[in-house]
Amino acid sequence: MKALVFRRKPVRFAAAVVAGRLAPGRGAGVGPLSLDDVDVPDLPGPDWVRVRPRLAGICGSDLATVDGSSSRWFEDIVSFPFVPGHEVVGDTDDGRRVVVVPILTCAVRGIDPPCSRCAAGRPNHCERVAFGCIEAGLQTGFCASTGGGWSTLLVAHARQLVEVPEALPDESAVLVEPMACAVHAARQVTGAGDVAVIGAGTLGLLTVAALRRLAPPAGSLIVTAKHPHQRRLARELGADVVAEPARLAGHVRAATGSWVYGDAELDGGLGTGTPTGRLTGGAAEVVDCVGNEASLTQALEVVAPGGTVHVVGMPATTTLDLTPLWYREVALRGCYAYDPDDFVTAIELVADLDLGRLVSATYPLSRYRDAIAHAAEAGRRGAVKIAFDLRAEKERTRL
Amino acid sequence: MPRPGFVLDVDRSTPPILFWNGEGLRLERLPAERSRVIYAPEPVDALRDPDAAVRKALLEPMDSDPLPDRLQAGMRLTIAFDDISLPLPPMRRPDNRQRIIEAVLDLAAAAGVDDVHLIAALALHRRMTEDELRHAVGDRVYDAFAPRGLLYNHDAEDPDGMVEIGATPHGEVVRMNKRAAESDLLVYVNINLVAMDGGWKSTATGLADYRSLRHHHNVKTMQASKSFMDQHKSELHSSNWRMGEVLKANGPPIFQIESTLNTDTFPAPFEFLTKREWEWSARDRGLYLGTAKGLAALPGRTNRRILHGIRSPHAMTSVQAGDVDAVHARTTEIVYRQQLVAVEGQTDVLTLGLPYIGPYNVNSILNPVLVMCLGLGYFFNLYRGKPLVRPGGVLIMTHPTRCEFHPVHHPSYIDFFEQVLADTTDPVEVEARFEKQFAEDEWYRHLYRTSYAYHGVHPFYMWYWGAHALDHLGGGSHVIIVGGEPRSVRRLGFRPASTMTDALEMASDHVGREPTITHFHTPPLMMADVS
Repeated sequence: MKALVFRRKPVRFAAAVVAGRLAPGRGAGVGPLSLDDVDVPDLPGPDWVRVRPRLAGICGSDLATVDGSSSRWFEDIVSFPFVPGHEVVGDTDDGRRVVVVPILTCAVRGIDPPCSRCAAGRPNHCERVAFGCIEAGLQTGFCASTGGGWSTLLVAHARQLVEVPEALPDESAVLVEPMACAVHAARQVTGAGDVAVIGAGTLGLLTVAALRRLAPPAGSLIVTAKHPHQRRLARELGADVVAEPARLAGHVRAATGSWVYGDAELDGGLGTGTPTGRLTGGAAEVVDCVGNEASLTQALEVVAPGGTVHVVGMPATTTLDLTPLWYREVALRGCYAYDPDDFVTAIELVADLDLGRLVSATYPLSRYRDAIAHAAEAGRRGAVKIAFDLRAEKERTRL
Repeated sequence: MPRPGFVLDVDRSTPPILFWNGEGLRLERLPAERSRVIYAPEPVDALRDPDAAVRKALLEPMDSDPLPDRLQAGMRLTIAFDDISLPLPPMRRPDNRQRIIEAVLDLAAAAGVDDVHLIAALALHRRMTEDELRHAVGDRVYDAFAPRGLLYNHDAEDPDGMVEIGATPHGEVVRMNKRAAESDLLVYVNINLVAMDGGWKSTATGLADYRSLRHHHNVKTMQASKSFMDQHKSELHSSNWRMGEVLKANGPPIFQIESTLNTDTFPAPFEFLTKREWEWSARDRGLYLGTAKGLAALPGRTNRRILHGIRSPHAMTSVQAGDVDAVHARTTEIVYRQQLVAVEGQTDVLTLGLPYIGPYNVNSILNPVLVMCLGLGYFFNLYRGKPLVRPGGVLIMTHPTRCEFHPVHHPSYIDFFEQVLADTTDPVEVEARFEKQFAEDEWYRHLYRTSYAYHGVHPFYMWYWGAHALDHLGGGSHVIIVGGEPRSVRRLGFRPASTMTDALEMASDHVGREPTITHFHTPPLMMADVS
C-alpha cells in the first residue's frame, strides 16, 4: 500500500529542521518523510478494523513534525516509523463511513483495568499511551502499529470510530477531528467575560465557531486574524471584533475599558511613536490557537488579572516572561484533544455551519511536498485547511 | 492696495502649480483649457495700532455698556479664550489673545476686580501645554495667574466642573463650564480665522461637554450644514445659536471680543508659498527648489520641527467687542472681505494640496483621520453658495497620508483607525455603532483630563466633519489621494494614486475623460463664493 512514512533518520531530521526554518513546510522535501510502498498494518486485536481514508487533513502538529520543530517531549510517546495523519474520514471494510478518534487510550490498547484518567472519563489524559497491545503513540498518526491517515489504509479500534451521517460530505467530515479539539476548548472556557482568541487558522476559526455556539462570552469575542479571508471567516463564524494581530491589545483595551501602564511620554509633540505600555486589565480568558512564543507572550499581555490563558495550539520549547503570570495570578491551562462527547458535538457543528467550505485544496499523496508547502503557507495563500484526497488512489481499492 | 482673489484659467503657458503635500511640496501641471486655479486675496492691511484698537473696542463696544462699566470690585470675572487650534499656523508674539487679555485685565485691575479666572476654552480638544499657554496669553499673564491655579484648561469631564444651563426648544441640552457659568461676567476672547469661528460657538461649544456637543457634533447636523462657513446654511451654526439663546436667558452675562487676522500666512523665507506661480522670481524658484528638496531629504520628525516652528506673521485686522450677535455679524463681514473669492460655477474635479497643519495637529502629526477632516471637512467646506465640485464629482488631494499617529495627542484616533475604520467608513454607521463606547471610555477620559490627549470621541467628530463632502461626492470612491500610503488611504475608504496623472485617469470613472478641474490654492485660507 502507499503511505507517507516518517522514519527516525537523524541526518534527514536535521536537514528538515534547517529547511523548515528557511521556509515553513520545506522539511517535507529533505526530511525523514517519504512516500513508500509499505506492508498493510496488522490488526492488533479482534476489535480492530481496517479503515481506508477518503480525506486526511494536514494539521499544525503534522507540519511541526515534518519541519522538525516538534518538542522532544513527545519522543517516548511516539513510535517509528509512523504514518502521519490523524484527521481522517474513511471507509471500513463493512461499508461504514467513519471519522477516526485518534487518541490511543487504555480501551484501545487493551489495558484493563484502565488508568485512573480513562476510568474517570478523561481519555485525553490517558497515562498509558506507551503501553498495551500496540506500540507507543499518543494518537493514530504517531504510532508505528496503527498507520495513519496519509496512506491508503490504517487500522483502528472499534472504540475509535464514529459513524458519519450520510448527508455530511467528506470535506466536512475531515474537519470533525479539529472541530472536536475546538469543542473541547470551548467547553473549557467559562465565557464569563471578554474572550480573546489568538489565531485564525483552522483551529482558531473552529474555536471561534465552537465558542459562539457553546460558550458565547458575556462580553466580546475578539479574534486576531492576519489575512483578509481569515478576517471574513472569523466574523462569519461569530467573532464580535476581528483584530490585526499587532492591534489585539488595543481592541482588548477598548472592549474591556482597561487603562494602560507606561503610555508614551510627551516628547514635544512631534514624535511618530506608536503607543507603548501594558494593559492594566484585559480579557477574562484568552484562547491561544497558535501556541508559539509570540502568541503566548501576547496572551499574557492581554489577559486580565486572575484570568486564564487556554493553550489550544500545540506549543514547543518556548521562552516566556512569566512575571505577569505570577503578578496577576494568571492561570495558564493546556487544552489537548477531546473526549467522545466532543466528537458528537463536533459532527453537529460542522454539519450546521457547513464547514466543508474551509477545505481549500486537496492533493494526492504523490504531491505531498506541494500539499505540505500549501498547508504551511495556508494563510498567506488564502487557504484554510489542506487535505490529502485518497479517494482516487489505486491502492485504496486494490487491497 | 491688496489685490482681490483671482481665478486663473490654465493655458499652455501656465507654469506648474504649487501643491502642498503634507510636510512637503510638489508642482503639478494641470491640463490646459479645462483647468482653473483659485488664488486667495492678498492680505488686507493690518491695524496700525492694534492695542489702541483693542482699547477702543472695550470702551466703545457694540450693543453693550463699555467694559469698565461692567466691572466692579467683588465680582467674579472669567476670561475664556480660544485654544491651540487657532490661528493656523500659530502667530508671532504677541498673539491677539495676549493683547486683548492684557487690556481686559488692566481694566479689571482698575475696577478692583480680584476674583479672575482665565480658561482655555478647548471643549474636547487636548489640553494646552505651558509653552502653548504662554504663547497665547503672554508670559506676564501666565506668570500672574497660572501658578495660583487661576489660569487653566477647560475640563469637560470634571464631574464637579460642569453645570446645566437649560435646553433649547429642539431638546439640545446646554451645559457649560461651572466657573464660567457662575461668573458675574464672562469675557470671551476669540481669534476668528474662518467664518465658522466665533459667535455663540465660542461659548456654547468651547466651554461645553460631550453631553452638549453631541447635539450638533453629529452626522445629521454636519450633512445639513452647506457649508459650515455659511451661517445662513449651516445647521451647526443654527444649533449653536439656539444654544446661545439659552445662554442669553439663563447663562452668565457675556462680553464677546472677536478679532480677525489677515492672510499673511508664511514668514521669510517661505513667502513664495502664498505667491502666484507666474509671479515667482528667480529667488522664489530657488527657494522652492531648496525647500522642496530639503523637506524631501530630511526625516519626517525634522520636517515637523521645522514646519511647526513657523510663527505666522498674520496681523490683526479688526477687533470688536460687546454683544455676541452684533460682534459676530461684524466679524463675519470682515472675514468675508478678506477671504471671499467669486467663482463661477462648479467643477467636475476639485484638487487640494493638503498642508502639514490643521486645527487639531498643532505641534503634532496630521494623521490619516485628520487628513480626511482637513480635506473633506475643512477645505471642502470653504465655500458659500454651492460646493466648488459638482455632486458626484471627484476630489483629488495630495498628501502622504502615512499611518502615523501622535500617541500622546491622538490615542483614541489610533483605535478609531484600527478598530472602527477597519470595520466601516460610513459616518452614519460609525456614529451609531461606535461613538458611545469611545465617548465614555474611562481611559480616554483619563488621558483627556490628565495628559494631552484629545477626547475619546474626537476622531468621530473629525469623521463627521467630512460627512457632507462624502454625501455630496457620492462616497469614498470619489476621493483620491495622490502620493498617499495605500494602506492608510484604503482604510479611509479612498483611492490612492501615485501621480496626478494617474489620479485624473482614475477620476474618469466618475467624471469622464475631459473633466473640468479646479485647484483651490490654499493656504492661505480663503473661501469660494460659488455662483
